[in-house]
Amino acid sequence: MSVRHSLLVLLDAGPMHGYGLKTEFEAATGDVWPLNVGQVYTTLARLERDGLVSTETDADGQKIYAITDAGRGEVRRWFETPVAREVVPRQELAIKLVFAMRSAATDVADVLQRQRVATMRSLQEVTRLKADAEADGDLAWLLMLDALVFQAEAEARWLDLCEARLARKSGERQDRGTPLPRGGAAAPPLPITRRSS
Amino acid sequence: MTILEIDRAGRVFGSGEARVVALDDVSLCVERGEFVAIMGPSGSGKSTLLHLAGGLDRPTSGRVLLNGRDLAGMSAADLSLALRREIGFVFQGLNLLPTLSAAENVALPLELDGARPRAAMSAARSLLDSVGLGAVADRFPSRLSGGEQQRVAIARAVTGGRTLLLADEPTGALDTVSGEAVMGLLRRQCAAGCAVVLITHDMRHAAWADRVVFLRDGRVTGEAAPPAGPEFLLRPA
Repeated sequence: MSVRHSLLVLLDAGPMHGYGLKTEFEAATGDVWPLNVGQVYTTLARLERDGLVSTETDADGQKIYAITDAGRGEVRRWFETPVAREVVPRQELAIKLVFAMRSAATDVADVLQRQRVATMRSLQEVTRLKADAEADGDLAWLLMLDALVFQAEAEARWLDLCEARLARKSGERQDRGTPLPRGGAAAPPLPITRRSS
Repeated sequence: MTILEIDRAGRVFGSGEARVVALDDVSLCVERGEFVAIMGPSGSGKSTLLHLAGGLDRPTSGRVLLNGRDLAGMSAADLSLALRREIGFVFQGLNLLPTLSAAENVALPLELDGARPRAAMSAARSLLDSVGLGAVADRFPSRLSGGEQQRVAIARAVTGGRTLLLADEPTGALDTVSGEAVMGLLRRQCAAGCAVVLITHDMRHAAWADRVVFLRDGRVTGEAAPPAGPEFLLRPA
């Protein structure tokens, strides 16, 4: 996420002081993203260096910042460019599940279920915060919470899939050593027992 | 006050080779004003549990108590009266009669229970008003969105002061925003004193409940209640 682009968007509406930019930024992001004033001034100095903003000094001797044409171009580029996904290929949970399958110290189903309960509890917590945010009309915070809800849901669905895969895998292990059916083809993995309800 | 008590209930279908244990020693208490969600994969026993809770099926072992009375001990006439007056159902679809307007659908259970048509319609309208559907009270179900239909179905399920609302995947066919509106309405029914049991495979919706019970292979494998205070996420100050 780009503080510099956010500041440019704010300046696109009209020239502002550094401190005003800080408060506007925090109000717009629902205080989810606190900025220290030093960070604002360093960012503004870089924007000025890159020709994206220009400065004037007002009657009180305070610097006032204005966006330049190059700055407007930069805003346009920012909005036109999709944000790259942050990908972390090493998932501690995936590693834990693989090792839980090998380990005699635990049952992988228990590890999965504990994780599921933990994911559910965090989801319950975020859902309650969401109800408050909706009542307060706090849009930036609400969007942030929505994102957390879908992330938790993705983890939960992934856990369900892990469970199904692991059940199938342990089924295959039990099948090893049994004679192949006639025709020589390996028997398909046993489906997980389904109970009618 | 306990509205629903399922006490060590089991449900076995078939016998011998074909014997299937759909529920095995499951206990569940739901209090007045409480919202409980049941989650589990297909075939975990969720629907069987809901059928037992709603008196649509009987356990092969254990008991089901509704407002303190054992359903198994009731005469057929008492049971059907208790189910009609105390329990409301909402399913995934086909909840409303297509030839009746939204208000007429909501009024129907009251009329079946002996209310005069005019009184039933006026109660139905004020109920629909209270759930934000007053403007569509005279529309037929085909003219309502999926989310509106489910909210009308929930209103109908709680008419006449019924105390237990049983919902089986009521958001199954809805988009995210409509699904949330349905969950919000279920929560409000709890706040108004109903007990709600929701079956869902959608974690986002289950998270609206006070308690989530996980079922697998007919057994309870875990339960999740929200933390009392912030635990997972602290809002930056």
